Amino acid sequence: MYGFLIGVGVLLIFSIIWMVYRIQTLVSVVKGSDKKVASGSNKVNAILFIVFLVGTGILMFWYSIKEFHNYQLPIASEHGVVTDRLFWVTMAITGVVFLITHVLLFIFPYKYQYSEKRKASFYPDNNKLEVIWTIVPGIVLAGLVISGWMAWSDITAPAPENAHVVEIMGYQFAWEVRYPGKDNVLGDYDYRLITATNSHGIDFTDKNAIDDFPSPVVVIPKGEPVLFKIRARDVLHSVFAPHMRLKMDAVPGMPTRFWFVPTKTTAEMREETGNPEFQYEIACTEICGRGHFSMKKIIEVVEPEAYQKWYAEQKSFIQMNPSLAAGLPSDTKEVAEIQLSEK
Amino acid sequence: MSTASVANHDAAHDHGDHEHHDNFVTKYIFSQDHKMIAKQYLVTGMFWALLGGFLSVLFRLQLGFPEMDMSFLRPLLGGWIDETGHLDPTFYLALVTMHGTIMVFFVLTAGLSGTFSNFLIPLQIGARDMASGFMNMLSYWLFFLSGVIMFISLFLKTGPASGGWVVYPPLSALEQAIPGSGLGMTLWLVAMTLFIASSLMGGINYITTVINLRTKGMSFSKLPLTIWAFFLTAVIGLLSFPVLFAAALLLVFDRSFGTSFYLSDIYIGGEALPNTGGSPVLYQHLFWFLGHPEVYIVLLPALGITSEVIATNSRKPIFGYKAMIISLLGITVLSFVVWAHHMFVSGMNPFLGSIFMFLTLIIAVPSAVKVFNYLTTLWRGNLIFTPAMLFSIGLVSFFISGGLTGIFLGSSAIDIQLHDTYFVVAHFHLVMGSASFFGMIAGVYHWFPKMFGRMMDAKLGYIHFWITFVGVYMVFFPMHYIGIAGFPRRYYSWTNFEFANMYTDLNMFVSVAAIVTFAAQFIFLFNFFYSMYKGRKATLNPWQSNTLEWTTPLHPGHGNWPGEIPSVYRWPYDYSKPGAEEDFIPQTVPLSATPESNLPHEQELVKVELEIMKEEEEVLVSNEAKH
Repeated sequence: MYGFLIGVGVLLIFSIIWMVYRIQTLVSVVKGSDKKVASGSNKVNAILFIVFLVGTGILMFWYSIKEFHNYQLPIASEHGVVTDRLFWVTMAITGVVFLITHVLLFIFPYKYQYSEKRKASFYPDNNKLEVIWTIVPGIVLAGLVISGWMAWSDITAPAPENAHVVEIMGYQFAWEVRYPGKDNVLGDYDYRLITATNSHGIDFTDKNAIDDFPSPVVVIPKGEPVLFKIRARDVLHSVFAPHMRLKMDAVPGMPTRFWFVPTKTTAEMREETGNPEFQYEIACTEICGRGHFSMKKIIEVVEPEAYQKWYAEQKSFIQMNPSLAAGLPSDTKEVAEIQLSEK
Repeated sequence: MSTASVANHDAAHDHGDHEHHDNFVTKYIFSQDHKMIAKQYLVTGMFWALLGGFLSVLFRLQLGFPEMDMSFLRPLLGGWIDETGHLDPTFYLALVTMHGTIMVFFVLTAGLSGTFSNFLIPLQIGARDMASGFMNMLSYWLFFLSGVIMFISLFLKTGPASGGWVVYPPLSALEQAIPGSGLGMTLWLVAMTLFIASSLMGGINYITTVINLRTKGMSFSKLPLTIWAFFLTAVIGLLSFPVLFAAALLLVFDRSFGTSFYLSDIYIGGEALPNTGGSPVLYQHLFWFLGHPEVYIVLLPALGITSEVIATNSRKPIFGYKAMIISLLGITVLSFVVWAHHMFVSGMNPFLGSIFMFLTLIIAVPSAVKVFNYLTTLWRGNLIFTPAMLFSIGLVSFFISGGLTGIFLGSSAIDIQLHDTYFVVAHFHLVMGSASFFGMIAGVYHWFPKMFGRMMDAKLGYIHFWITFVGVYMVFFPMHYIGIAGFPRRYYSWTNFEFANMYTDLNMFVSVAAIVTFAAQFIFLFNFFYSMYKGRKATLNPWQSNTLEWTTPLHPGHGNWPGEIPSVYRWPYDYSKPGAEEDFIPQTVPLSATPESNLPHEQELVKVELEIMKEEEEVLVSNEAKH
């Protein structure tokens, strides 16, 4: 019954629209306005361009200002300050161009709308103008390229020697984290060694792997360089830490990396945002399947002293699961046993 | 030379006389007439646009109203709506994938280039038909077949391809990774292969026709900008589509024959795969070698159409005709050397990133020149706002808005944050999606009288334009904010993340705007099909335009001109020429006939022109005598 009523309503609306359409067609035929080059609608359209310009202009400025704190995420890394500055410089330049071109684009239709009394001016070319507006954008873009390139080469330069290494591995649909342990060297891995208990595929015959340890959250120290070594186990993923202005694909078969210096601890950020629950998050930004939207990992930025303390307290893979050490060659096993006895 | 060309015309003329032998099948289905093929492309493109738009409405419902009970869609989507009435997350990915594939390839490549290159190239250069009518027909039917296969894939139990329209392996190579990578992906690859074959055949035809079949006097420097755009588009397609074919072929090998071009070190579904040594990044390089030029494949024809429409309705020559051509050429060349800007954070060598950033920002220069030239064309014009003109102005607006955000994304350091967020979605939907779509619609409104001999209703056109224009901005402009805030693309929902768990209201707004904009397209559909049969009869040259297509009869037969193909004596933009009585002088009017409006250098050409005309007349007379 309900559906029937809706159907009738829709039909009614359509027939009214239809009638209006027919009537306006007939009226325009009677008035002969369909024979004119430009009917009265020409003026209406010209005015609507101005209305559009003013209306959307106001909307844009109002919303951009009102929501600024909302869409501008606080920055929590050193290079983030640089890239954000580039972003806003580019925004200023393109913003000016955007406004000027649009004001012209919508004012011209109003100003030069059709009139039988006027003739358009025959103005086919002007080489001087062309050269100017080829060279000026060229120079401006060159400036952007150079500043962008300098930032880019700093960000992608090799990580400092003393960087704290964290390995992040993506898989469907989560991230796993591995720290190199006391020796500060990550052990080898091989995807063929992956089992239910060894989800990273760590090769424990490599002595460097013995003290590697996992962590449910990414803990990193504030103010010191951190190097993310990124890999994937199954399909492409991408590590995205929005507050760190950090993004790098995780590629199966090709390890990638990204280093940065966090500048605010989680606690400081909680204060800054006024949100006592604030946490740094990692999301996945490369489509990877059904759970793409749910690959979350928390980053906890702490003071360096707290970091050292936390780091020393962690239990290695082998300490957590001694069976991983079973079947290792004797010399490696020795190292593993020493470590086990240390706990 | 002139003898040969006249003789040629004669032969073609005879062919034109035989067109009454067409039966229904050869006229409407397996037609070799470029005009009918163009209409076939147009109607097929409209079907796909509706479908692609509808898919986007489905996923916009999910994004704008995540709590909504979608059980009412169950009759259509069946099991893809789960027991609780929610959209299946896997199917969500299938929706965005198919939306992208359909819109980029079937609507904006085939629907736009296929329609207008086919329709306008012979008509505007003065040719009887395409160089090879048969190949042209084959091109359409391969496209049709490709569409049928893609359409079937929508109904598979495991769903269509779901790895995003870029179908990056390993996701697209492994069925274990996502069900859509099974049969759905196989059909995607088959469909795309046919599509590539189709667009190559089309492209070869466009290029050959433009180079070889121009009428007498139609030098490259007298070609309308539409033709320049279609010509260069075809060149881009011809050089880049084969690379996509190679990428797809290697993917087929990886999927079905156990090779490791793109696969390496994969542990999935509880087992380690034997593949080693492949590189997923290789696929990305190959894909974007087409993928980026593809942007210009969809955009250039729209820019060409806009140049023509804006000049005609401004009653002014297009400003900087030569600069426009040089810009088109610049874009064409540069479009091949910017592809890796899609891959700044893919893990490729950062040094490559620097190079591609540099090249990418160069391409902004010719684009800027085009915009300034459009603006100057409007300046001091005498503007008539036909629906086509409105859509062209809309296109310029989108081209500016979307083009400027490209400068952010092209700068690798800024791209780190913006890559694969809604900022990118906003950017390419404006500059490539909406701009090209507006170009296509402008083309339909403008050339409808030539296609069907009737006029579309202008008032409905205005309503269509204003709802769509405002609607498109309401859909895509807010996405910039969402993107700056870091919302990633292709997310089924954002509630898992605190940094993205805001803007539910804005997403709702976007969804409503998208639905309204989609609904407004039915005004256009109605206008299109109603006017086809009941529209007012068109006059021969309703927009008082200069180009050759308006010299044909109202319903041109196969062969386009009943008699001789007219010769061309001037460029196509002699609007409002000082001294001339009318505000337009068609290309077929000799300079010698308009001494009052000739510019000094044109006056000098008059003598040459008269000599040629005399010579031509002698040939004609001798031909007559032979008969």
